[in-house]
Amino acid sequence: MSSKRILLTGLSTYWGGRLAQALERDPAVEAIIGVDRRPPKVELHRTEYVRVTDSHSLIRRIVEAAEIDTVVDTRLVVDSIVTTPRLAHENNVMGTMNVLAACGGEGNPVRKVVFKSSAHYYGAEQDDPAFFTEAMDRPHAPRTPIERDIVDAERAVREFALRHPHVTVTVLRFANGLGTALRTSLSQAFGLPAVPAILGFDPRFQFIHEDDLAGCLEHAVRHDLEGVYNGAADGVLVLSEVAGLLGKQLAPLLPPLGTSLAASVLRRAGVRISPETLGLLRYGRGLDNRKLKATGYRYRYTSREAVIKLREHQRLAAIVGDSQEAYRYERDLEEFLRRSPSVRPTARRPAPAPSNLAPGERRAGLAPATRGSYDDLGADELIALLPSLEPAALAELAVHEREHAARPEVMKAIASLQGWEARA
Amino acid sequence: MAEDRRTSLAPAGEAAPGTDLRPYLPGVEPERQVDDWGRSERIEGLMDRTLIEFFYRLWFRCEVEGIENVPAEGGALLVSNHSGALPPDAAMITKAIKEEHSHPRPVNLTVEHFFKGYPGFSMLLPKIGAVPAHPANVHRLLYDERALVLVFPEGRKGTEKLYKDRYRLRRFGRGGFVEAAMRARAPIVPIAVVGAEEAAPVFAQVKPLQRLTGLLYFPITPTFPHFGLLGMLGYLPAKFKLRFLPPVPTDDPAFGDEPWEDKALVQTLAHEIRATIQDELVDMLGARRSVWFG
Repeated sequence: MSSKRILLTGLSTYWGGRLAQALERDPAVEAIIGVDRRPPKVELHRTEYVRVTDSHSLIRRIVEAAEIDTVVDTRLVVDSIVTTPRLAHENNVMGTMNVLAACGGEGNPVRKVVFKSSAHYYGAEQDDPAFFTEAMDRPHAPRTPIERDIVDAERAVREFALRHPHVTVTVLRFANGLGTALRTSLSQAFGLPAVPAILGFDPRFQFIHEDDLAGCLEHAVRHDLEGVYNGAADGVLVLSEVAGLLGKQLAPLLPPLGTSLAASVLRRAGVRISPETLGLLRYGRGLDNRKLKATGYRYRYTSREAVIKLREHQRLAAIVGDSQEAYRYERDLEEFLRRSPSVRPTARRPAPAPSNLAPGERRAGLAPATRGSYDDLGADELIALLPSLEPAALAELAVHEREHAARPEVMKAIASLQGWEARA
Repeated sequence: MAEDRRTSLAPAGEAAPGTDLRPYLPGVEPERQVDDWGRSERIEGLMDRTLIEFFYRLWFRCEVEGIENVPAEGGALLVSNHSGALPPDAAMITKAIKEEHSHPRPVNLTVEHFFKGYPGFSMLLPKIGAVPAHPANVHRLLYDERALVLVFPEGRKGTEKLYKDRYRLRRFGRGGFVEAAMRARAPIVPIAVVGAEEAAPVFAQVKPLQRLTGLLYFPITPTFPHFGLLGMLGYLPAKFKLRFLPPVPTDDPAFGDEPWEDKALVQTLAHEIRATIQDELVDMLGARRSVWFG
């Protein structure tokens, strides 16, 4: 089944936004609707954002009204430092049930559900296997609220899948995400001057780069993957290796006994280590990522490369600060850009620049400074850029284009723009 | 460490369920010094060149027979008798394969889950090639990574046993190791080790101290506990003899399609392997003239 009309929950999250951007580029996708409590953090061109406050049951009305065939549920909270346990439970368990309720029932148009879960499903215990496969259950009952929530949410998804055999249900269990846009208790710990550790332990960690997070979700939308898949980059690193890659020292601040007590003291001091991360810091966790790879997905980054990317970002942030100008969603502006007849169709064309680049990499997304580099741009990119040019520069570019590449679509776009400006 | 067994040659396209996932193993990152199991080439190499080299050559003067019984490629399960407070036998078997075999390969040693939870051990043991003895771990190593895995089916019962019970093999668990080898279709290579019992004799086990320290057992040896933790390494210079026995195949067509489901067959094979090692030990002990000179 090819997904045409897609509903996305958790649009304001990094991967939600990236996934929407990726889907926008696909002309086969007719409609993308994103719901969340908060507005999107990335620039979107044709994704419709619907603000859903508390009750996810409103989603059912959207699903039916827009004839949604694919629901991508990315709103699961998998890190307890981002919210209170109560809100996390509300979102993770009640929210999942509501979203699933919106996807089932008589005459429901939904044919595919992609559910973003977390490897916290497996927990981290002493008698764990070194690599969890999707078929394995956790050996012990969950110990932390977040893990309990994830297990409950997945149970609801499993029951939904059993009751709706005609719906393709994909569950993606992701390893710890790393990236410039992700704020997790791990990324916070890795941002400290030294990496906190438990004395006498050097646990194994597996990561996934934020681009691969979005990439796996997109892969699941484009292909029909029934069942559970682990999403984790190749390579399992030990914590001392991670610290080495980050150019930091390992600080075994936490004692092996009374660890949670020491962690609560550290929390007072501003180092917030979540309970589920404490388990990881002791026993670590590895995932078997081959099932998803066997369906054709290729990870762009290994665990090691994801850590190196994080280090680059940390270094740059120390020098230039968090210089990424944050995108702000303006409802009225978005409405104007999408619906107003005054907006020229060329300006509606999506030209998304990846938003997660480290500050030093962003120059690729900026307008080129010299004329020579126009030749490096694709026709689409050039056309998207035209409205930002002064009339004089436009005329100059028209001459340049005629003499060099002479791409008909570019010539036409320049001509129509010049005509429009002349009329104005 | 020879890593060529883990190159990734993944074909593209959709995969049906039940496909062979072996081609999708992660590729090698040459910049890394630690592998996905947490094994550190640097620390292992350092131990190998210093401590283990000393014990292998000078202290225990290891004598190896039948090294050609260890397959040069593919997964194989090495099964040995086990003894001593901090058992030196595992390190000597690993070293023997490294030194004497025509195709030296790293050996993965399975250890109790206990060590993953004990500070210090948890840090050091994976670095030198120990993996927790989880069936899934053994299967991945044997079948997917086609590696050598060393198990001591006696487990704790072997290391707990006292000097007066030396060279009397304990029960071989529930035959889990045979099951693992059958699933991976890997041969089992029995190994008989003589010398380890005298190198680290255990005279008594002290239960209250074991409970106090949270260790697996608390042995009294010639040097432990009165010389501290390092006393654990205070081995007596017994002469070591390692005999690798002919591999026992586990993919015999007579066993049927899924032989691991046949518990009786698994038990029988486990008993046979135990008996082979016990007989070999008796034979080697009979030929031994001196504990210290062989």
